[in-house]
Amino acid sequence: MNWSLFFDLTVSGLTLGSLYALVALGYSMVYGILKLLNFAHGDVYMIGAFIGWFALHALGGPVNPDFAGAAVLVVMFLTAMIGCGILGVAIERFAYRPLRNAPRIAPLISALGVSIFLQNSALLVFGAQFRDYQTFNLIGVKTYSIGNLFFSVPQLLTVVAAICLMVALTVFVARSRLGKAMRSTAYDREAASMMGIDVDRVISVTFFIGSALAGAAGVMFGLVFGQIFHFMGFLAGLKGFTAAVIGGIGSIPGAMIGGLVVGLAESYATGYLPQGSTFQNLYVFALLILVILIRPSGLFGTVVVQKA
Amino acid sequence: MSPDDGIPGPAESAGAPRIGVDEWVASVEEKRERYSGLRGVALREWDRLPAAARVLLCVGLAALFPLVTSDGNVFRYGLFTLVYGLLAIGLNVVVGFAGLLDLGYVAFFGFGAYTYGILASPQYNNHWQAEAAIPVVIVATGVLGLLVGLPSRRLFGDYLAIATLFFGQAFYVFVNNANRIKFPFFGHTNLTGGSNGIAGIEPFNFFGYKVQGTRGLYYLLLISIAIVLIFLFAVHDSRTGRAWRALREDPLAAEAMSIPVNRLKLLAFVFGAAVAGFTGAIYATIATAALPGDYNVGLLITIYAIMILGGFGSMMGIFVGAIVVSSVPELLRSSANARPLFYGAILLAILVKIRPWRRLALELGGLIAFGFAVHAIASAAYPRLTDGKAIGSGLFARALDHWMLFPRNPEHIADVAYILMVAAIVIFPQATGLWRALLLPALLYSVMFVWENLLLQQIGGATRLILLGALLVALMNARPQGLFGKAYVEIV
Repeated sequence: MNWSLFFDLTVSGLTLGSLYALVALGYSMVYGILKLLNFAHGDVYMIGAFIGWFALHALGGPVNPDFAGAAVLVVMFLTAMIGCGILGVAIERFAYRPLRNAPRIAPLISALGVSIFLQNSALLVFGAQFRDYQTFNLIGVKTYSIGNLFFSVPQLLTVVAAICLMVALTVFVARSRLGKAMRSTAYDREAASMMGIDVDRVISVTFFIGSALAGAAGVMFGLVFGQIFHFMGFLAGLKGFTAAVIGGIGSIPGAMIGGLVVGLAESYATGYLPQGSTFQNLYVFALLILVILIRPSGLFGTVVVQKA
Repeated sequence: MSPDDGIPGPAESAGAPRIGVDEWVASVEEKRERYSGLRGVALREWDRLPAAARVLLCVGLAALFPLVTSDGNVFRYGLFTLVYGLLAIGLNVVVGFAGLLDLGYVAFFGFGAYTYGILASPQYNNHWQAEAAIPVVIVATGVLGLLVGLPSRRLFGDYLAIATLFFGQAFYVFVNNANRIKFPFFGHTNLTGGSNGIAGIEPFNFFGYKVQGTRGLYYLLLISIAIVLIFLFAVHDSRTGRAWRALREDPLAAEAMSIPVNRLKLLAFVFGAAVAGFTGAIYATIATAALPGDYNVGLLITIYAIMILGGFGSMMGIFVGAIVVSSVPELLRSSANARPLFYGAILLAILVKIRPWRRLALELGGLIAFGFAVHAIASAAYPRLTDGKAIGSGLFARALDHWMLFPRNPEHIADVAYILMVAAIVIFPQATGLWRALLLPALLYSVMFVWENLLLQQIGGATRLILLGALLVALMNARPQGLFGKAYVEIV
């Protein structure tokens, strides 16, 4: 067995996995509360990557930034997260809230419309070309190693930042008043509103947080892979959703674990399975089907009776 | 929806649930009232027609189209309208009857095209007769639909949407790369021609009679649509058709009535896949090629827009939807057509939405005055903003030069304006009363600015899908059951 290949794949799998986990969290939280598949989520992630790019270039560009590298990074993350958060709230307000009492399929189609709208708006405004992050000067190209385990700074940064965000989210949901309101809304929306919880506000907050996480993931994607483009949200959204299903949709720790599973599976598929680098997405699809067949409620999910 | 509804905003349509009153029951009277006047007469007469007469009327009208226009127009407007229409009829069974969100639908369309391409093209040295190839294509696509539908059988609902969306993507990856897969037993096989696709696909050859040429294909499509529609009308009142409708109205009650819900849903899914495969085979003969890029999300959105415009479960609405969705973008391709359509649509929306007429006159006057004021200020302070010219020629375009801002280099300004415009449209419904009246001219002006300086330039590309996406969202907001669909109760 070639251990160095194995370790390389593991590192890139963990990096990918943390991106997917962040995207999956948004899907899972929204699904938990609204029972709605937010197809536009992947495109919010794409917009986040572009906001980060613009922030980077507003601050003097990657080659000689106006501030220290770390400060630029923080600004990139913050603008992307806040921008995407606002975008998420706007999407919910405009495309989903009016449809809360409509037939189940209506918000799904509305979500599809938002997705295609965002994608092509990005094509219109940002153009079809790839945009480079080129952050070598900002954070260095140095590679570190622990034994056989080689990783670059952006990879480390991504994994650590993703873990921090997830811990923060977990604490927020478990401890804060608003987190409690979110949990009870997810459990039973009507009962929660009867208990005096402002359900609309809770849903807005959920969209804000989920979209902000997706925005952060978009910036991380730019840092790790260097190039962003308008269509990148589609596949990331699919895989984020796969991660959410594997983890058990509606469950927050499930989304995190699911993300890592999908990331590692994709990475190992690329390395070990026949024609992996071409068909990695097919293998992830097979994994999704397998999970749906064997354990439809996912790793951490509870069995839910679906009425419609 | 009450008839005096304002601009469809969240505030109106969200409607806090009224305790003790079923929304549907409460709105029955209102629905009856709305069908009055000339429109009511037309609708009632339409409802009274037997199904066969309706099919005959629609198909007959469509059959006249090639007689009154040139081959080029039949190709541009007719063929694609019919292809989209046939696809939408199949999708309507899946989504409208069974309530399944099938987002891999175009993959079945592509599968049909590829299967027929493999059976009848010099690339594979197969030259099957159509009467043998078409059943093979239909059965093969149906079986594929069964295979895709089966795993999701237990979770029909949201998981099906994502599984099929992923399936569509997987299909694309597969056909794009299947020219270099090493299969067990067979070794290297060039299955789909990879990114070059299959070229030189032969026309349908029924017992030696070749269906080709624009008109031949047009009538072939029309006959296919008639056959599918007649079949569906036959199914409509059969056991299966009634069960499908019961399923759509209320799956829970249907299951309680011992209707085999999952099997019927699977049946609808397979039927939709088979229709898509058949259409794919026809499309392959029109394009004489099967290319991986043809079966993309853009096509999916187009079909969904048609189906939704027509209304869930409404067969005839689809004709209207197909004509609107496929010919409008075609008309939009030239700015000479696009401009009147755009301003006409805006004017119509204002005319319908703003009452009383005094306010309407004020808003329109305000809009025109606002434009001249902005233009005057800009040309005095920033002449760069008014240096450009409107695209196209004619009196209207030259008049626009004096009213609308045309920056010399519109790229960056228009991009920023686009983002601001989207933000403004999202925020606008929050405004009330006087603010709403005051902001409307500015909003309309910004929409027109973006249209003239950005959207009109990209009319062949991104604009079309942006408009379709916005249409889906707006339509779901205004009428969740589609334009011609009948509202039904859903108990969730």
